[in-house]
Amino acid sequence: MNDTNPIAVQLTIDGEPIQAAPGGTVLDACRAAGIHVPTLCHDPRLEPYGACRLCVVEVEGMRGYPAACTTRVADGMVITTENEVLRGLRRTVVELLLSDHKLDCLTCDNAGACALQDVAYELGVSESPFEGERHRAAALDENPLIDRDYDKCISCGRCVRICEEVQGCSVYSSTFRGFDMLPDTPFSASLLDAGCEFCGQCVSTCPVGALSNRGQRFTGRVWELQSTETTCGYCGVGCTVTFAHKDGVITGASAPLDRGVNRGNLCAKGRYGHGFVAHPDRLTTPLLRRDGKLEPASWDEAIAAVAEGIRGVVEEKGPDAIVGLASAKCTNEENYAFQKMIRAGVGTNNVDHCARL
Amino acid sequence: MAGLAASFGSGAMTNSIGDLGMADVILVVGSNTTEAHPIIGIELKRAARLGKRIIVVDPRRIRLVDHADQWLQIEAGTNVALLNAMMRVILDEGLADESFIEKRTEGFDGLRTVLAEYAPEIVSEIIGVSAQEIRAAARAYASADAAAIVYCMGVTQHESGTAQVRSLANLAMLTGNMGRPGTGVNPLRGQNNVQGACDMACLPGNLPGYARVDDDADRARFEKAWGTKLSSKCGLTLTEAMDAAADGEVRAMYIMGENPVLSDPDQAHVIEALEKLDFLVVQDLFMTETAALADVVLPGAAFVEKDGTFTNTERRVQRVRAVVPSPGDARSDLRIITEISSVLGYPMSYADPSQVMAEIAEVTPSYGGITYERLDTGGLQWPCLTETHSGTPILHAESFTRGRGVFAPVEYVPPSDTVDGEYPFVLTTGRELWNFHTNTLTERSAGLADLNPVAHVEVNPIDAERLGVCDDDWIEVSSRQGAVSVQVRVSDRPKRGLLFMPFHFRAAPANRLTSTRRDPIAKIPGLKYNSVSVRPCEAPTTDG
Repeated sequence: MNDTNPIAVQLTIDGEPIQAAPGGTVLDACRAAGIHVPTLCHDPRLEPYGACRLCVVEVEGMRGYPAACTTRVADGMVITTENEVLRGLRRTVVELLLSDHKLDCLTCDNAGACALQDVAYELGVSESPFEGERHRAAALDENPLIDRDYDKCISCGRCVRICEEVQGCSVYSSTFRGFDMLPDTPFSASLLDAGCEFCGQCVSTCPVGALSNRGQRFTGRVWELQSTETTCGYCGVGCTVTFAHKDGVITGASAPLDRGVNRGNLCAKGRYGHGFVAHPDRLTTPLLRRDGKLEPASWDEAIAAVAEGIRGVVEEKGPDAIVGLASAKCTNEENYAFQKMIRAGVGTNNVDHCARL
Repeated sequence: MAGLAASFGSGAMTNSIGDLGMADVILVVGSNTTEAHPIIGIELKRAARLGKRIIVVDPRRIRLVDHADQWLQIEAGTNVALLNAMMRVILDEGLADESFIEKRTEGFDGLRTVLAEYAPEIVSEIIGVSAQEIRAAARAYASADAAAIVYCMGVTQHESGTAQVRSLANLAMLTGNMGRPGTGVNPLRGQNNVQGACDMACLPGNLPGYARVDDDADRARFEKAWGTKLSSKCGLTLTEAMDAAADGEVRAMYIMGENPVLSDPDQAHVIEALEKLDFLVVQDLFMTETAALADVVLPGAAFVEKDGTFTNTERRVQRVRAVVPSPGDARSDLRIITEISSVLGYPMSYADPSQVMAEIAEVTPSYGGITYERLDTGGLQWPCLTETHSGTPILHAESFTRGRGVFAPVEYVPPSDTVDGEYPFVLTTGRELWNFHTNTLTERSAGLADLNPVAHVEVNPIDAERLGVCDDDWIEVSSRQGAVSVQVRVSDRPKRGLLFMPFHFRAAPANRLTSTRRDPIAKIPGLKYNSVSVRPCEAPTTDG
């Protein structure tokens, strides 16, 4: 099949005829058709990897059980995503993972959003029949933002890959081999010393609680949080960002994978720069200068004082003695109203903002 | 913006963030993309990973250089010389797009005449990059099927900023790299809603949608819509306003959500100007350096506390939604403005921000088709003329906004603030990854604030050795405007003779050193080029 052929590929998935985009993977085709296939190492931001083997499927005429995430669709493929054999294989994968995973679900901040919990639940795996050595390797790292708990790591490689493939930073790599394999920094340096940009992309892709946001610790269970989607207020890229919040306080930020200019990605400011909102330094009441000092005032007093101050100057020196500086941080609606007030309400075109700075 | 508007008829980013990946070559000039626009930085790094060629033009070794095919470490302030030499190579080697020039542009002969003086060998002496490298960059850009230009304040914040932008526009038109995916001239806007604030006419010479205050027909249209007479006299720009305040011509200012004491050039001058006012109103989230000088301080709402829209750098209007309530008595800026306007005798009553957008759409043709309902399913890129128009990802596709694109015969003019024996270093200013603008927000965000808490000046290792300073030593940086004590970060990022300082920190305000010398057209100050002197000093006993 020609990968660039724009004509859809005909597949049969679980007995249903399905059309899929050429060049995509079996997993893409399943997800597009709304067919659930469990995964742990997959993230649409990353190149196919095939590490976790949870997405194994059967394809007629192919040997063994190919991973749906690394198998390209071909015309006429007949695919089975669910039967007892596949369930058994997936159960074994989950049992092996649980045999070396710190079951800290009572206090893990990722509980409720954990992909390992979800597949264990889906497959009915409540404990692992396997026993043996377990990792005890929590990374000591005194950075202020990102917590690494390797006892929960399932070696999916998502943190390593997002740092390399998306961020181009390669702070992590897969160190050691076999059982000892861990995603770590060179010589186990702290993230600060390893050149980390603190974008938190690794945290955003970690399917379990191995990587988490320190600032979010114990701020709310996943199911208690509300989320609101908006546009980031830092630079001009305009990333779509979803804030999690509880009781009127923002607890964290993430980005939806399927929309916005950023498609799931955020930078350090977008992901971690929201603490200012609830900072005690916030101004909470209007202030008026009285006898040289700024003192709290009511809104009525403050608005009257502004109007009086502006009117006084207009009467004495005319409207062109007034200047309004609007804000590139404020909304279009606010900026529109601001310049309209200065032009129509005060009567001058002295209105500008910091576009040049 | 003024430069692009003169060349093309519109001052905005011509293409979209998403189509940078379709370029074969991306020329990045004066943009520290991975730090100032990290998510566009991701797009550039992805392009590099896919084998696309990135050419970085910057006097500093910014992080993007690690992903670039070529890095031209020019002397600060010499962009125009480089671009003219590249165009000269393109012409000499027959790489120009003759048919594009003929069908889509005008004024080419004037440019051709100017370029005669810019042989790569001669320019090489000015910019400090070899003729061979100039030729390689020119060939790569001109022979690509699609080549995009990305630029930022490293181009605009020069006294010759407008000339530099026009030069970039010349290069794109010369090679027909306009109006198609993966091409164009793409300024990256620094703040979340600079584009929108410009579109909404928070500019002294414009009315919403870039109508002109001095155009009778434009003004008449808004006088009718707003039901009042409007002034036909162009207003003052921010930097002019500061001068006028210092001279006593301007007597009152209303500053909403800005901190000019830290963000504007020549801090001493700004403070003098603001202190001289009869009346200063500041509306902000925090007691900023500027708010501390005010007669009235009004507590506004953060972007996560209100509904509205922002327009991003690619002209995409997107929804902003209230996430949490404002603390205490803080109020949305819209509510504050409408109430003040009403008390001033010009009543404004909008039930909610969507009604303001409805009015914006009515009076601003490029926003004509934008409604909150449509934005709920994703952003729309202006021009979006009607409710059935799907927006415009690429400008100037069939013809330029002004009809024909116009070449500008731009000569290289060295910065007037030249280095001399007294001020032998060039200081350039900019942003760092973990801080934003005047740090008001980032220094109050726990965790993030700890990553880069104090200012450093980047000093080239050779200069550091000559000065006898190493990491974290203190030096005093002085210019004709003032002096700042700051700690050293020895770094191979700046070229020899160049210092870099972020403008985020009040304890070491870079803008105490910068001057208000500005571009005559765009009125943008030349913040990227300041001659300074340095000397080792003791750690100051108190901050600032």
